[in-house]
Amino acid sequence: MKSGKFWAWVVFALGAAYFFIPLIATVEFSMRMRRGAYSFDAYQIVLGDPRFQATFGYSVLAAVFTIILGVLIVVPAAYWIRLRLPHLRPIVEFITLLPLVIPAIVIVFGYIRMYGSNSPLPFLATDMGTNALLVIGYAMLALPYMYRAVDTGLRTIDVRTLTEAAQILGAGWGTIIGRVILPNVLIAVLSGAFLTFAIVIGEFTMASLLNRPAFGPYLQNVGANRAYEPAALAIIAFAITWGCMSLIQILSRFAPRSANRPN
Amino acid sequence: MAEPFLSIQHVRKSFGATTVVEDFNLDVEPGEFVSFLGPSGCGKTTVLRMVAGFEEPSAGKIVVAGKDITRLKPNQRNVGMVFQAYALFPNLTVAQNIGFGLKVAGMPRADIDARVAEMLDIIKLPQMADRYPYQLSGGQQQRIALARAIAPKPKLLLLDEPLSALDAKVRVSLREEIRSIQKKLGITTIFVTHDQEEALSISDRIAVMYGGKAEQVGTPFEIYNRPATKFVANFVGTLNVLEGKVTDAAAGTVQVNTQEVSLKGKLNGSKSGDMLSLALRPEAISLGRQPGRDSSLSGEISEVHFLGSVIRVRVGIGGHTVSLDTFNSPATPPPAVGEKAEISFSSSDMLVLH
Repeated sequence: MKSGKFWAWVVFALGAAYFFIPLIATVEFSMRMRRGAYSFDAYQIVLGDPRFQATFGYSVLAAVFTIILGVLIVVPAAYWIRLRLPHLRPIVEFITLLPLVIPAIVIVFGYIRMYGSNSPLPFLATDMGTNALLVIGYAMLALPYMYRAVDTGLRTIDVRTLTEAAQILGAGWGTIIGRVILPNVLIAVLSGAFLTFAIVIGEFTMASLLNRPAFGPYLQNVGANRAYEPAALAIIAFAITWGCMSLIQILSRFAPRSANRPN
Repeated sequence: MAEPFLSIQHVRKSFGATTVVEDFNLDVEPGEFVSFLGPSGCGKTTVLRMVAGFEEPSAGKIVVAGKDITRLKPNQRNVGMVFQAYALFPNLTVAQNIGFGLKVAGMPRADIDARVAEMLDIIKLPQMADRYPYQLSGGQQQRIALARAIAPKPKLLLLDEPLSALDAKVRVSLREEIRSIQKKLGITTIFVTHDQEEALSISDRIAVMYGGKAEQVGTPFEIYNRPATKFVANFVGTLNVLEGKVTDAAAGTVQVNTQEVSLKGKLNGSKSGDMLSLALRPEAISLGRQPGRDSSLSGEISEVHFLGSVIRVRVGIGGHTVSLDTFNSPATPPPAVGEKAEISFSSSDMLVLH
């Protein structure tokens, strides 16, 4: 038994080393900008760069709109499929997985052909239209994560009985989704939202090909032209992603607990 | 006769090619407590769900207080319902759960608070207002679900096996509480259960259902003592069924195994030579000859179970086994297995099942 525990720790240590050594190396490298001494110079340069602030701000805003769009599409769809169309679930799950299979570059070229300035839906004719198209594209890219998160949340509650209980008390669909279903899957929705946020912040292909001033293309640009700053940026991106993951963990503690337990 | 409060008229429900409810008819008087009793799959919950509006009848109509509600949505019916799985909203406190229907109806906050307090008093849980459902026991949750259902003063209360998920002790106390609240408020109630004891103990009338139809509708006394069909007789209570052959229809004699029993006046329409199913409740049978019992059968004691105050005895009569209960008497030892025994009963207690 003790030997089993020892080897478990060895495997854990190897896994941790595989994960942390490159990260520590990146942190160490990002702090070597000043000759002969460790410093945060690379971080200061990156954080002080107006392009960092502009592109990061743009991507954060795009992420917020993507999350709102994702929630508006996914929550009612996943709810309705669980409630009334359970036989369609495998098909919908397959559709939500497509963004993982079809490369973003294929999708964005499709967009450019479909929504160019000469098309009946000329999204790309204006900046605002292109921004909207980018958000729609991001919502599609985040679909596998958002759908699964919401669907898992819905699985933890008795959707049908709660819906019927609300209906018999006089509630309409808006009240049922807004006051009964959404609050009970809020943590799942937030999980999906943070995953969406992490995807949008680092996304390069769509933003670059649609020529949007997003954080992804900025990361690529800095990476191609500078030495220490890309490492600092990578660590900042890691910190943002980890921050999102930590928030999911913290918020999940406040999830409404199921009341359906035996007496 | 007064207009029924709830009238279910020729209701049928099919799911694809399967018909689960067939020509169901029932009139319920105002303030009446009616139970739908039957085994799983008999259609009792489907009828209840049609009254609630969760299922639409394939044919027939449902009328409440003179208004046809057959095509109304559940949220337009002003009906309260308690579910088997409690269905309390996990994100809301007890007070918010009870006040949910009132808030949806747009009642002012002060009125909601007053009504919630009143409901909490009725269900005797006034200190639970700020708790969440997961902090309550099953019995408490179901009380809250009942309070939530009756808070908006519905015209009709539907109870869908509300006690099934509870343990035996809580089930008995809660069913008495439900009945007492129902009587106090005078609310017309439909109660779905597969537990005959529950149905017999709290109902004004029972509709025994089988195969999507109401086999018999009557008071608990009628259902138990005068079952209309073989199914009702078998499903409600314990029953000893003996197969017999009519030997003389005019004299009313039936042969059970090799022994003859007189059932004068009970063999309506039977001819000599017909096979009949005869049924006797265990409490209608005595061990040994007893005064006032005009019929008897002889057999051999096959099993004896000492249950404390009661001794359950099984007597083999030819190919049949008859079960009966006798009270324990400290002065008299229980009969022994293998002893010859005579059982006696009144022929008037014998049920002829068709």
